Amino acid sequence: MNLSDIQRIAEEENEFQRAYKYRINVCCSSGCIPFGAFKVLKAFEDAVKELGVENICKVARTGCVGTCSIGPAVLVDPGEYLYQCVTPENVREIVQGHIVSGVPVTKYLYNNSGYFRKQRRLVLRNAGKIDPTRVQDYISVGGYFALAKCLSTMTPQGVIQEITNSGLRGRGGAGFSVGQKWGLVARAHNTPKYIVANLDEGDPGIFANRTLAEADPHAIIEGMIIASYAIDAQKGYIYIRSEYPLAIEALQKAIAQAKSMNLLGDNILGTQHKFDLELRFGAGAFVAGEETAILMSVEGRRAQPRPRPPYPANQGLWGKPTLIQNVETLANVPLIILNGGTWFKGFGLPNCTGTKCFSLTGNINNPGLIEVPMGITLREIVYDIGGGIPSGKKFKAVLVGGPSGGCLPESVLDAQIDYDSLKRVGAIMGSGGIVVLNEDSCMVDTARYFTDFCIEESCGKCTPCRAGLARVKDIFDKIATGEGELNDVDILEKVSEYIINASLCGLGQTAPNPILTTLRYFREEYIEHIVDKKCRAGICFKKEHKGDE
Amino acid sequence: MTTEDIRRAQLERVLKKNNYQKSALLEILHSAQEIYGYLDQNLLVDIAGSLNLPPSHVYGVVTFYSYFKMRKPGQHIVTACLGTACYVKGVKQIIEAIEEEFNLKVGGSTADGKLSLSLTRCIGACAMAPAVVLDDQVIGKATKEIVIERIRNVLAGERDESV
Ligand SMILES: Cc1cc2nc3c(=O)[nH]c(=O)nc-3n(C[C@H](O)[C@H](O)[C@H](O)COP(=O)(O)O)c2cc1C
Ligand code: SF4
Ligand code: FES
Ligand code: FES
Repeated sequence: MNLSDIQRIAEEENEFQRAYKYRINVCCSSGCIPFGAFKVLKAFEDAVKELGVENICKVARTGCVGTCSIGPAVLVDPGEYLYQCVTPENVREIVQGHIVSGVPVTKYLYNNSGYFRKQRRLVLRNAGKIDPTRVQDYISVGGYFALAKCLSTMTPQGVIQEITNSGLRGRGGAGFSVGQKWGLVARAHNTPKYIVANLDEGDPGIFANRTLAEADPHAIIEGMIIASYAIDAQKGYIYIRSEYPLAIEALQKAIAQAKSMNLLGDNILGTQHKFDLELRFGAGAFVAGEETAILMSVEGRRAQPRPRPPYPANQGLWGKPTLIQNVETLANVPLIILNGGTWFKGFGLPNCTGTKCFSLTGNINNPGLIEVPMGITLREIVYDIGGGIPSGKKFKAVLVGGPSGGCLPESVLDAQIDYDSLKRVGAIMGSGGIVVLNEDSCMVDTARYFTDFCIEESCGKCTPCRAGLARVKDIFDKIATGEGELNDVDILEKVSEYIINASLCGLGQTAPNPILTTLRYFREEYIEHIVDKKCRAGICFKKEHKGDE
Repeated sequence: MTTEDIRRAQLERVLKKNNYQKSALLEILHSAQEIYGYLDQNLLVDIAGSLNLPPSHVYGVVTFYSYFKMRKPGQHIVTACLGTACYVKGVKQIIEAIEEEFNLKVGGSTADGKLSLSLTRCIGACAMAPAVVLDDQVIGKATKEIVIERIRNVLAGERDESV
């Protein structure tokens, strides 16, 4: 295999696809499968045969279209007609109308142009459009061209330069410059070098990374191979939660295909470069996503963070230089190589380029998987894309950044999505979750919920995190059962500061964010609980539910 | 061959496939849980022996990751998602209703061992929160009425089979 082989495959595949006038993309991703996506897929395959249109209409299994709350979702091209809540029973009618008679069946169409209008799908460029189980599909839309370009026309330094120039920053949390990180690992002297792709996504209620892997696994793999060339690594691991069977299957299949086509292994595309890739499975520990803990876990040990330095870039897996990168970060890489860093800078903000994927959930009209340009405001996400709050309820808060993020009120909804603006209002970018709360949520209870989560997930290695969070929990228990005192609010603040400043890893350093933001923006609810013994959402002061295992 | 022998052979294959490497411990534990349904203490001691690891190490790893189960589950398992998206959409009320209706507690089973209730943190179906998993079926946009009815149905189906 070499560049011309890839071009040939792309041409053949495109020719094959051009023979069809229509293409029916059935989302068979995690959000739609429980609603019968596979049955719908089968029904379409049968219907096009029965109605004699199988020669002009291709039925394809794809990943997430983005509208995960109206599944099974089906996208018909040309024209991107999106059908919602499709059942095997109405499939025949859709094929008869749309394909046989050429008239879209409006009564089943999803009518919500607002949902997509402010989105910019770069990372999700192929999601819902290609069959993730066929490497030919990926190649037909330009897949592996970036890899071929790197290997045939660019030096490793040139690749790093292009990525640096794009301004791409890590999408898994801290937003560190990707080009700089690659440079660090490339310059490290020790060999061999490793790459770990982070698909742990341990934040509960977030599915952006998972859905990306299900929809376009080759984009992640191509990004990794390019990175391996840039930093001269020969072995990589994708660290993925075992609760993600479909994503695991998609990646496993994609790795096998890439191997069989000589895109992985020795002499990649006929060059000297070699790179091998394996999956490693996480097992439900949030802290395992932290970069030093992930290394322990890949080595088969308990995922406990360790102090940095040494940084993984110098001493990572088995003490060797290791590049750790979030999978969304990696999926940006092929695009930047193909179109150039300057092109990429055309999206987003000058100091925060490109886009960000979020899973948008909670009490919102249009939950789903979205991708927005950096710099968009929270208000645009909640109201223009999310369609606002259902059932006439009032907006209360938006949680950005998962259990270590912030709970933000109406008054800061004009904050922009970028690392620094989010930090200013008390939240973090996190790996990509936005959860909307309405007036039925209690902010004290919400902060308490996240604290419980962090306590359970704390690895217990350092005292500030372990004992500090336990202290916080006691206070929350007091407040929620009507025993709170006014100075508890001050104690919460002080202990939170202590945990942030003294903890060893990012878990402890960010765990108090929900407490501090609720104290900052919803202080009156704490006071109501303590003084009036009143929970305006009617959640606290009930019989105590000791739910957790 | 007894079921136990077959399982043992399966596990042996997994160990072999992984070259008895210590670093493959997590993969091996995953497979072992698939084969046995859960990981009891004897099994862990066996695995530790095969990998030449102290049992305490294996034990530490298993208890660290919530995915691993060390107890024999009920014949049907209902797992409620306590991830953020499901929490803000009221999964707590559903959990309480299940506990009340079937007289069991989170982390436990009914007296006859037919049903157990556990919690998980996000199964990735957050856009259809609240989500509850009954055996291998995800129930999206769950309400307590729907979940209780579905549980009743699987319990009833089970009774029919044994008749
Ligand atoms: C407690 C904790 C959990 C984390 N979980 C994840 C995760 O699930 N996915 C992820 O990509 N990064 C996670 N991170 C961030 C990683 O440590 C690391 O910064 C990131 O994977 C680097 O990749 P990036 O530069 O591409 O963002 C977590 C950090 C902490 C402190
Ligand atoms: S901050 Fe918490 S999770 Fe991180 S090392 Fe310390 S105890 Fe473990
Ligand atoms: S999972 Fe089907 S549209 Fe998102
Ligand atoms: S939070 Fe329940 S499925 Fe994600």
